[in-house]
Amino acid sequence: MTQQFSLFARMGKDLPASVLQELMFELRVSRVMTSTPITISSQQLMEDVKTLMRDHRFSGIPVVDDGELVGIVSVQDLIHAFEEQALDAPVQRFMTPRDRLITVMVEEPVFEALKRLEQTGVGRLLVLDAERHLVGMLTKGDIVAGLLHALEAAYHREEELERQRHPRRFFEALVSDETSLVMRYRVRANDFASGGRASAQLKQALLQMGAAPQLARRVAIATYEAEINLIIHTLDGGYIVAEIRPERIIVVAHDMGPGIANVELARKVGYSTASPLAREMGFGAGMGLTNIERCTDELNIWSAVGVGTRVEMIFNVTEDGARAPVEHS
Amino acid sequence: MKVAEIVKAIEGEILTPPAVDVDLDRAFAADLMSDILVFAQPKMLMITGLTNPQTIRTAEMSDMPVILFVRGKRPSEALVRMAEEIGIGLLLSPYTMYETCGLLYDAGLPGMGKLPIVQQS
Repeated sequence: MTQQFSLFARMGKDLPASVLQELMFELRVSRVMTSTPITISSQQLMEDVKTLMRDHRFSGIPVVDDGELVGIVSVQDLIHAFEEQALDAPVQRFMTPRDRLITVMVEEPVFEALKRLEQTGVGRLLVLDAERHLVGMLTKGDIVAGLLHALEAAYHREEELERQRHPRRFFEALVSDETSLVMRYRVRANDFASGGRASAQLKQALLQMGAAPQLARRVAIATYEAEINLIIHTLDGGYIVAEIRPERIIVVAHDMGPGIANVELARKVGYSTASPLAREMGFGAGMGLTNIERCTDELNIWSAVGVGTRVEMIFNVTEDGARAPVEHS
Repeated sequence: MKVAEIVKAIEGEILTPPAVDVDLDRAFAADLMSDILVFAQPKMLMITGLTNPQTIRTAEMSDMPVILFVRGKRPSEALVRMAEEIGIGLLLSPYTMYETCGLLYDAGLPGMGKLPIVQQS
């Protein structure tokens, strides 16, 4: 429920009202109807109608004899049978016969079906195929549910298109020999509670700028590991600086110490000098740099004891966001 | 597997539902966030015994829509609110990690399958 409301809030902003109208013309009855409804024969009793309606909460049941649609029996017809105390009478006596049925063809647009429901005031339409056989039933509820579903799909399509247009527009509007956007985040030592804030904000920014989800994810995971490293290992915390260019993203995590004595050793799987607190938080198992390497297209680490560490992570921007490491000769 | 089916299988509870009622196609269980970050996939359920903010961050970074906390360890209100804001679903299982995983595997939620054995240096 909440999901649908937030969907509407977003739609109000992003989707013009004409989209709804277009959908009502585009969407066919076949896409929203209830297929293969339960039917009853004209020789069954009104008693059976009562049972079916009570058990299934139907308000109308199509009447079919030998595969041929012959009528429909509604709650109103059942009330008439009650009034006449004729629940033992056959359905035929109370049903609306074939020549007075309100129907819709299966490939008509939903717009037509809605118009017919409005004009005739009936609660449901019988859906017929080209040979005029019964293939389904359609209520206003079916139409609302179908439209909501289609709107959601339309919204996602719109979002996807926006995503593809946006980044190019953003960078095209700014004229220079080389344009990039720099985002800087301060990360404090031992601040586990805010660990991941920088990475989360960077990820959001990338998605807003139109990065492919897989690219945003790779950058976020690598930056997150680097951010956790700053929290776990540094004396004074450090900075994460992300430079976003149209063709590549460069994220640098740098700090002022203590520095890594043996970078080669630190890059090995399972090697860690993390504190028990870091381990309690689910880190410090010596996976961080390996994980970063897996997400980046290029990884450069400089470090000197007593000076500090600089971890440079480079991600090439690709259409689908997948890795595209450049081989250096 | 939908959240409702998961909760039923483990006799658990929903602390906050995910923003979208996603159909989860596999699960991964660990207390090591870095391990989860290696295997995370967009429709994967995270099963963990840790109830600190890093679990939510890990899910957020790697697009995991739902986290299941085991052995009845209820996270803080603040953590539930944080997940709610991001749109990540939180579930609670009264069983231990081992039993929670067993019940879900039995109910038809697969894991990563067989992985290559790597030599640690």
